[in-house]
Amino acid sequence: MLHIKCPWCGWRDESEFGYGGEAHIERPKDPDSVSDAEWADYLFFGSNRRGDFRERWVHSAGCRRWFNAVRDTTTYEFKAFYRMGEEPPGGEQ
Amino acid sequence: MRKYSIFSLARNALSHHENWWQAWRSPEPKKRYDAVIIGGGGHGLSTAYYLAKEHGMTNIAVIEKGWLGGGNTGRNTTIIRSNYLWTASAGIYEKGLKLWEGITQEVNFNMMLSQRGVLNLGHNLQDMRTIERRVNANRLNGVDGVVLNAQQVKEMVPIINTSETNTRFPVLGSSYQPRGGIARHDALAWGMARACDDLGIDVIQQCEVTGIRREDGQVTGVDTTKGFIETNKVGAVTAGNSGVIADMAGIRLPVQSRPLQALVSEPIKPVIDTVVMSGAVHVYISQSDKGELVIGAGVDKYNGYGQKGSISVIEEQLAALVELYPIVSRLRLLRHWAGCVDVCPDASPLLTKTPVDGLYFNCGWGTGGWKATLGSGWCFAHTIANDEPHPLNEAFSMKRFETGAVIDEHGAAGVAH
Ligand SMILES: Cc1cc2nc3c(=O)[nH]c(=O)nc-3n(C[C@H](O)[C@H](O)[C@H](O)COP(=O)(O)OP(=O)(O)OC[C@H]3O[C@@H](n4cnc5c(N)ncnc54)[C@H](O)[C@@H]3O)c2cc1C
Ligand SMILES: [Zn+2]
Repeated sequence: MLHIKCPWCGWRDESEFGYGGEAHIERPKDPDSVSDAEWADYLFFGSNRRGDFRERWVHSAGCRRWFNAVRDTTTYEFKAFYRMGEEPPGGEQ
Repeated sequence: MRKYSIFSLARNALSHHENWWQAWRSPEPKKRYDAVIIGGGGHGLSTAYYLAKEHGMTNIAVIEKGWLGGGNTGRNTTIIRSNYLWTASAGIYEKGLKLWEGITQEVNFNMMLSQRGVLNLGHNLQDMRTIERRVNANRLNGVDGVVLNAQQVKEMVPIINTSETNTRFPVLGSSYQPRGGIARHDALAWGMARACDDLGIDVIQQCEVTGIRREDGQVTGVDTTKGFIETNKVGAVTAGNSGVIADMAGIRLPVQSRPLQALVSEPIKPVIDTVVMSGAVHVYISQSDKGELVIGAGVDKYNGYGQKGSISVIEEQLAALVELYPIVSRLRLLRHWAGCVDVCPDASPLLTKTPVDGLYFNCGWGTGGWKATLGSGWCFAHTIANDEPHPLNEAFSMKRFETGAVIDEHGAAGVAH
């Protein structure tokens, strides 16, 4: 089982958390002006990175707050945890 | 191809089975092929097989980075059925089931298809309504199926606990597809590799595709760990690693890769002669010929390529198992493993052209593509050969996420397959 560090509560077992998939996906600012293809890309298409992946977690059985993490999807090792709104460590990928 | 038969078996017994002929070659890649299939799992091998058999394309190669069937093909719980809800799904899964029914004879390799039937349990009123709706839809689409009540389930599966008072999720009934069952995973990989080889296809193992070359939006070849191979048609059939191949070609897919686990118990005497699945409590079982209970779980919640999952999933699944089948409570577990499954948002696959000419993707089968292996290969071969989909896989294009015509099979697929 993964051990996850909630930025507010500290280290807890994975079973306390829900998963939110890829992080930093921006909702189109003006949904009415984007094409169907762009909207589909926003809703359904993703990077599905093999390697360091920025993702969202929610501490659903704890403080119930969302946060971001960087995790290697091949080893499952967490590289960083950071709060919503904070810059991801390591800059642009 | 030299045939396997009772006589070849007897002849080889005389030399202690030490002189069996090689089932397929291990060739070095040629400079150029008419098509290259990436991925030597069941779907890739059957794509190549039908390209040669149905479309006369024999100058083709299957490129596998590890060994044949080492991906999800060799890691799945081998359940086969075709009772999906929507018409598009019924078409392709039923095509797959029909091909399963003839493949052993066709390629002279025993796939050990055992049509022992598949039950999908319902645990509440809404489950039962959904089951009735699905079975009706199946029958309208020519897929066999009946609805069973709890007592009929109990008669078919004596070890199941159908008590309504001491279970949290009582068994109220199930759907039943008599033609469903299981088949042997290794046999499929080996049998199709042998059949491919016989048709002149190069099946190349230990060779990883590392790049997709393009010129003016058209595929021109693939870089591999054994050098560059020229080709104008590439079929990517790489399941959990599809995102990696998509990156190489500069495109994005609506697919996420997740761990999916399974395990087997120690072997015991025969206790169950059918397949029972429950989407609601996330567990499904069958019994192998060796006597092991083959037990499947729900998919892990996070992205992962590591072919391992979290023990909490196993714990939940075993809790459900013990509640449904109390006699298993003291069984020991023998082996436990995971694959990396390619999950689409609507739980349906992609057999599709892409924005790159000559590049085709067959992926997104997620937790339930084993049953469709042959149907998938058959349709995908048509798509590659003709540069357009067959009517059976037309609906499974990438475009559906733009048009909104998604094929939502979460009810029929769920975690259960
Ligand atoms: C635990 C588990 C249980 C399952 N149970 C069922 C079930 O009961 N019923 C059912 O219908 N389905 C089930 N499935 C799903 C089913 O196994 C898959 O959908 C199906 O086997 C996928 O076959 P495939 O040939 O597409 O993929 P794979 O067999 O995974 O083949 C893909 C191949 O591509 C190769 N590859 C990847 N990248 C590269 C590269 N760059 N270069 C060269 N080669 C590459 C891989 O090594 C791999 O061999 C289960 C899956 C798992 C993991
Ligand atoms: Zn918390």
